[in-house]
Amino acid sequence: MGLLFHIGRYFMLLGEVFSKPERRSVYWRRTVEEMDLLGVKSLGIVALLSLFMGAVIAIQTKTNIDSPLIPFYVVGFTVRQSTILEFSPTIISLILAGKVGSTIAAEIGSMRVKEQIDALDIMGVNSAGYLILPKIIATAIINPFLIMISMFLSIFGGWLAGVFTGIISSSNYIAGVQWDFDPYIVTYALIKTVVFAVIIATVSGYHGYYTRGGTREVGISSTKAVVYSDVVILIANYLLTQLLLL
Amino acid sequence: MIEVRQLSKSFGEVEVLHDINAQFHKGKVNQVIGKSGSGKSVLAKCIVGLLAPTSGEVLYSGESFQQMDKERKKLLRQEIGMLFQSSALFDSLTVLENVMFPLRMFATMSPAEMRERAGSCLKRVRIEGQDQKYPAEISGGMQKRVGIARAIAMQPKYLFVDEPNSGLDPQTSIVIDELIKELTEEFDTTTLVITHDMNSVMGIADHIFFIHSKRLWWQGTRDELLRSDNQELQEFIFAGSLMRQVRQAMGGR
Repeated sequence: MGLLFHIGRYFMLLGEVFSKPERRSVYWRRTVEEMDLLGVKSLGIVALLSLFMGAVIAIQTKTNIDSPLIPFYVVGFTVRQSTILEFSPTIISLILAGKVGSTIAAEIGSMRVKEQIDALDIMGVNSAGYLILPKIIATAIINPFLIMISMFLSIFGGWLAGVFTGIISSSNYIAGVQWDFDPYIVTYALIKTVVFAVIIATVSGYHGYYTRGGTREVGISSTKAVVYSDVVILIANYLLTQLLLL
Repeated sequence: MIEVRQLSKSFGEVEVLHDINAQFHKGKVNQVIGKSGSGKSVLAKCIVGLLAPTSGEVLYSGESFQQMDKERKKLLRQEIGMLFQSSALFDSLTVLENVMFPLRMFATMSPAEMRERAGSCLKRVRIEGQDQKYPAEISGGMQKRVGIARAIAMQPKYLFVDEPNSGLDPQTSIVIDELIKELTEEFDTTTLVITHDMNSVMGIADHIFFIHSKRLWWQGTRDELLRSDNQELQEFIFAGSLMRQVRQAMGGR
């Protein structure tokens, strides 16, 4: 089936997803559960990746731009800028697309092949809204917190690596982190994070919702959810960067 | 009552149902029978609105489902209970939560009242002491009964049952069939059962619809079924030795 077919069906599904919920209290309870499942339970991997990535950026910067002409604060500055502008919002979102996106597609896809979505439809429940909307709201709320934690830990990881390997002093690293700081880059990063969160939940939800077949197809849907979420995130990243930074 | 008028359904070039006309009566167990792949489940899905017919219409108490707006369809669906072949219980909800689910979504009741209603539905299908178990932790027969309890939680006017006895032992099948019959009479529902289990047909069917070659080939009561000379129907129902013996006992060939 053509790309246009999928794009059209994706937006039609969004129309269903954002139609009036049957009972707000049930949707809200589900949203809180999803915040725990999709957000809080991703904290470990986000923290681990952020710490090590910040450390690697610090060491790479120091070893590759080691010149007397380069100012002392460049390591801290580079770690901060690359973390806030790209690493935390984009790379962590791509990783979350793998973890969270596959979970969403597998859960909804399994419900589809086990006729549970048909059961919801027959009861008169808006199945698309009931299953996907809480995930969109949950990821849009929780991901910015995850990304802020990632920013902090990545910069902290850079400090740990810099100071404990002796490539930079603590004061020089901190001076670099503080140098020429524009708070707008955090706003830019958080806007991107929210957009990417919505992409992860909706693209993965779409692939899960339209799963046909059996367990093998659920696996295929999960893979497609991750691949297409990543592709859409990369395209959106380019567009948002051009819109918000130029 | 549910009425199906000139209903046809095709998937691409392949026609599965052709010009089906049928009336499913209130307070009766209406059973749709036919070979595997004959289109009976497709017919049920067209009636409940999971599939759109290619042509024709379905009337619920005289009101065309195809002409209803989205809100009206939503309201109508709250009057429909359905037991799926796979039971389709929600894996991550307990038995009690599964039965309470439609009540939580639509009923204007306090949580205590919902629990009480769900508990009485479970009791009605003879499930007790399993409230906190997950569907994967109970047997197939119990899953079917929980599915029935969920289907009747909203006290439906229309009850659909798809292959209720598939994967069940004969004894449990009889229990499920008896439940369907009892609930139909108790709630005065229009019940439509999709099956190819002749024991179930002979046990509880009030009116039988035989689907063959995409068409509604034959319809009638149990007695009419046994006395019918329709060759295709005979080939279907007397395929099993038990049914042949029943026919011989009735003085037939």
